[in-house]
Amino acid sequence: MTTPLANYLILAALLFAVGLAGALTRRNAVLVLIGLELMFNAANLNFIAFWRFNPHPEKLMGLMFVLFSIAIGAAEAALGLALVIAIYRHRRTAQVDQFDSLKG
Amino acid sequence: MLNEIAFLLLASLTLAGAVAAMMLRNLVHCALCAAGAFAGLAALYLQLNAEFAGFAQLLVYVGAVAILIVFTILLTRGAEIQPGGTTASPSWWMGVPVGALVAACLVGSIMSSPSLLRLPSQNVQAPVKSIGEQLMTQYIMPLEAIGLLLTAALLGAVVIAMREPPKSEPAAR
Repeated sequence: MTTPLANYLILAALLFAVGLAGALTRRNAVLVLIGLELMFNAANLNFIAFWRFNPHPEKLMGLMFVLFSIAIGAAEAALGLALVIAIYRHRRTAQVDQFDSLKG
Repeated sequence: MLNEIAFLLLASLTLAGAVAAMMLRNLVHCALCAAGAFAGLAALYLQLNAEFAGFAQLLVYVGAVAILIVFTILLTRGAEIQPGGTTASPSWWMGVPVGALVAACLVGSIMSSPSLLRLPSQNVQAPVKSIGEQLMTQYIMPLEAIGLLLTAALLGAVVIAMREPPKSEPAAR
C-alpha cells in the first residue's frame, strides 16, 4: 500500500491555510514573510505530488517548475527581508500595524 | 505500509512545524520551527522520489532562507514583543476564519474528487543527468531568466538594505 495523491494535496492545503492564517494574523513583518514562504512551499509540494502521480513522469515538468519556483522563492525572501530591515532602520519597528503611513 | 508511516510522520512534523512557527511568541523559536517545516517538506520531496528538488529545498530553504530570517530577526531585535504585548495584528480576528475557510474549501474539494485517490506510477526516477539536459535544452530561456532575476534580487536587496550616506541634513540628527 502506498499513499494516494489526495493525502499529499490535503497536506499542502492545510499548510497553505496555516501560512495564510499566520500571514494575516501576526504583527511582526518577518513572521508575515514566513507565512508567505509556507504558502509558497505548499504550492511546490502540490507540483511535486502531481509530477510523481502523473502517468508520464519522465517529462520532468513538475520538477522543473519546482526548481524555478524555489529560486523565485529565495529571491522573494531576500528582497522581503531587505525591505523589513530598511523599514526598521527608518521607523524603528518591524510591526506591520505601525507601517501604515500609506494607508488611505 | 512503510511508505504510509513515513508519510504520516513527515506530514505531522511539517504541519506541527508550520503551526508552531505561526503561533509561538519568541521570534527565534518561530524561525527554528519554520526551518523544521522546510526540512520536513524536503524529506517529503525525497520520499516522492524527487531527489534533486529535495536537496535544492534543503540547501535553499533550510540553508539560505532560514539563515536570512534569523539574521533579520536579530537585526530588528528592538522590535521584540514586550512581555505584556500582543503578537497579533489588529485584524487578527479575520485571519483565522479566512484560513479555516480556505482549508475547508480545499480539503472538501480534494476529498470529493475520486480521481485523486490514484496511486503513484511505478519506477519514477528523475536522474540529475536528464534534469541537466532538459535545463540546457527545453528550459534554457527560463533558466537564463532566473539567472537575471536572482542577480537583480541580489543587487536590489543590497541597495534596499544599504545604510544611506549620512551627508544629507547632518543637523537634523
